[in-house]
Amino acid sequence: MTTIQKKPGIGQTNPIAHLTAEDLELIAKELDDIRQSVIDTRGERDARYIRRVIRTQRSIELGSRVVLLASLFPPAWVVGTAGLSIAKILENMEIGHNILHGQWDWMRDPKIHSTTWEWDSATPAAQWKHAHNELHHNFTNVIGKDNDLGYGIMRVDEDQAWHPMHLGQVGLNFLNALFFEYGIAAYDLEFRGAIARGKLKDPKFRREFKAVRAKIRRQVTKDYVVHPALSVLTGSFLSTMAANFTANTVRNLWSHSVIMCGHFPEGVQTFEKRSIDGETKPEWYVRQMLGSANISGSKLMHIMTGNLSHQIEHHLFPDLPSNRYGEIAPKVQDLFARYGLDYCARPLPQQVYSAWHKVVRLSLPNGWLDQTNARNLPAQLKRLYQMSTGGPKVRRALQARISQEQRRSLVEAA
Amino acid sequence: MLECMSSTLAPAARWRSRALKLAEAATTPLVPADFLDLFAPMRPGAELRGRVESIHPETPDAATLVIRPGADWSGHVPGQYVRVGVDVDGVRCWRAYSLTHGPRADGRISITVKAVPDGQVSPFLVRHTRPGTLLHLEQAAGEFVLPVPGPGESGGPDEHDRRMKLLFVTAGSGITPVIGMLRNLYPSTDTGVLHLPRSAAYDIVVLHVAPSAPDSIFAADLRGLESAGVIRLVARYDDEHGVLDLADLDALVPDLAERTTFACGPGGLLDAVAAHHEGRGLPLFTEQFRVTALVAGEGGTVSFDRAGVTVDCDGGRPILEQAEDAGVLMPSGCRMGICYQCVLPMREGVVRDLRTGELTTAVPGETAVGGVRIQTCINAAAGPCHLDH
Ligand SMILES: Cc1cc2nc3c(=O)[nH]c(=O)nc-3n(C[C@H](O)[C@H](O)[C@H](O)COP(=O)(O)OP(=O)(O)OC[C@H]3O[C@@H](n4cnc5c(N)ncnc54)[C@H](O)[C@@H]3O)c2cc1C
Ligand code: FES
Repeated sequence: MTTIQKKPGIGQTNPIAHLTAEDLELIAKELDDIRQSVIDTRGERDARYIRRVIRTQRSIELGSRVVLLASLFPPAWVVGTAGLSIAKILENMEIGHNILHGQWDWMRDPKIHSTTWEWDSATPAAQWKHAHNELHHNFTNVIGKDNDLGYGIMRVDEDQAWHPMHLGQVGLNFLNALFFEYGIAAYDLEFRGAIARGKLKDPKFRREFKAVRAKIRRQVTKDYVVHPALSVLTGSFLSTMAANFTANTVRNLWSHSVIMCGHFPEGVQTFEKRSIDGETKPEWYVRQMLGSANISGSKLMHIMTGNLSHQIEHHLFPDLPSNRYGEIAPKVQDLFARYGLDYCARPLPQQVYSAWHKVVRLSLPNGWLDQTNARNLPAQLKRLYQMSTGGPKVRRALQARISQEQRRSLVEAA
Repeated sequence: MLECMSSTLAPAARWRSRALKLAEAATTPLVPADFLDLFAPMRPGAELRGRVESIHPETPDAATLVIRPGADWSGHVPGQYVRVGVDVDGVRCWRAYSLTHGPRADGRISITVKAVPDGQVSPFLVRHTRPGTLLHLEQAAGEFVLPVPGPGESGGPDEHDRRMKLLFVTAGSGITPVIGMLRNLYPSTDTGVLHLPRSAAYDIVVLHVAPSAPDSIFAADLRGLESAGVIRLVARYDDEHGVLDLADLDALVPDLAERTTFACGPGGLLDAVAAHHEGRGLPLFTEQFRVTALVAGEGGTVSFDRAGVTVDCDGGRPILEQAEDAGVLMPSGCRMGICYQCVLPMREGVVRDLRTGELTTAVPGETAVGGVRIQTCINAAAGPCHLDH
């Protein structure tokens, strides 16, 4: 992948080159109208929806926690863990994420409001809102600005120079998936940046660090001390602990997958940092349209992903109630079609595969994975070894050769 | 004895607070109440709610809602009002309604709502609430209550002369707090109106003003009380008697000078009664149901600094309403400038009082450090403002 602006330079087409300024205006107008149509009809039906989801989630959580009091018995462990995983997923995705976006603020219910909600995650809501709503949603897919792409720890684009340390990013991404809530907390804290810039003593950092520490302490106490202790009577201390750890991990893996699917699969565009200087609203809209990918699937799938399966619609209108994304999706898709834009939507397994494939591909030098086959494997591995152990000069030279071979094979194929 | 009490109570209290801490640790980031609300939204300790039990039409556009309040309802004095939070089309709205019964033996409370044309809440309450609807409540409040006769003022042989002489002036739905007081004094049963000893202390005249008899809520109740001989009723219907002229007050209520007046209704009538009584030096208590004059100004942006939201406000509507429309959670009470529950500190900016047109300004460095406290329900923006909220 290459940023949309650099595509023509390497012989690819810029997917929005055919749009005139007038087209952009018209697209923006249509999107504004779609947004307004939802706002005009927002009401009791939507309020009932979110209340029902919250009630369901709490009932499942309560039921599962009760079942887990006897988690020593394997059937109870299985049922309780499954239930708790589902409850935690619902809580983070369809409920927490969307409430914190302010999607339900219009109800003026102080219990379901972005300024009062706290979620079942290591990162405090306030810090997440800043990092996610203000940074990620504004700078979506702008290389160097949107750290959600790879969380600043991965190579996410061919244009970023390859370095041997990137070989580790597959493992790193998997670790991040397992402990995703802590990854997010560290990321929201800008932990890496703070270390790099020696800002660990900065009062703002210290304050936020303390907030995260307190939140994590409460979360850990709940799942790994209080609930196991309550299960002690049935001798289920350890098994409840394991159940809670499993549920947290399942939730982490699931949300990591869904979020990777949102911006990482092939077909999603990235953008140059400079390209957003003085960006207009229509340009912003188009960046959101091309910078996101959807997951197609059943209603249940949409709810379990917090309707982030409608990532495109969510990025266009982050504060519309999530139950409406599915309703406006056909209109949005139709708009894409009419303006010759690619609406990136595939089933979950394909999107997950595509995203992971990209992580793997970018962990290797540009073109390496494409050019490798059973026959040349030993030679390619040797090259990789040389690039990984040699200095920048070696890397540049070998990279040039791989790229040249890749171009030649492309020409031959054509 | 005292020591023994505290030594048995203290451990109980300590256990209670420990259990509570444990429950909190088990439910964080939610609170135990979030789960208890699933089963028992009206339990002691819950946020105050009430369940509508029945709805009784009073006139074509008014209805009485009988509500079972949550366990923590601490009762009321007739004449007081309750703030009701209701989800209208999914949006939580709060309005004040007078309680139209004295404390009832069955513990229920009632409000009587008149549907205001184009109103957001009242038509919903009158036409769309159903038995079973859960409402949010606050504890009863309000100073518009009957004075309690002091010792010596009632009882004894010359009781009749010492009765407390009152005049109620009510217009339209302004009858509601008054009917609450009257029903409490003179309960009506199957066998007629009861004459209770405690009520003998009052001598009451009700001057009730309404556009027409059929529109008039509680007209039948008032007539019933009159025929039982416990009040004197002066009903004035605009279509029959013409619009009430306060110059006629002396003719309608000859012993006006001996009476203390309680007036309730929309602003226009209250202003007129107030002017009349002030001129004559007569005692007056009022309860207003809505803001009178609206003075539109220029408007401006209002920034809620802590919420991190900026709202573009026009100068014709209160900041409260426009901020709520923009999704900001705002404190509020009567929504008409009397209870001061909506007050927020303004650090910087200018606002205009919609009733008087008066400007209030806050300049950082000049005004108090905490800012100037303004009522958001009756002030509109008159320039860019920063509120600490
Ligand atoms: C202390 C107190 C006690 C009250 N007790 C009662 C009561 O017992 N019964 C009752 O029906 N109401 C009572 N009210 C009035 C009630 O709180 C609401 O203001 C009223 O129901 C209108 O609300 P709404 O949302 O329907 O109208 P809104 O949407 O708030 O207003 C819509 C329009 O109607 C106008 N309007 C508002 N109120 C009135 C009114 N009373 N008469 C005519 N026009 C109006 C507004 O200026 C506006 O133009 C009381 C108010 C207070 C402050
Ligand atoms: S809400 Fe009562 S004074 Fe403003």
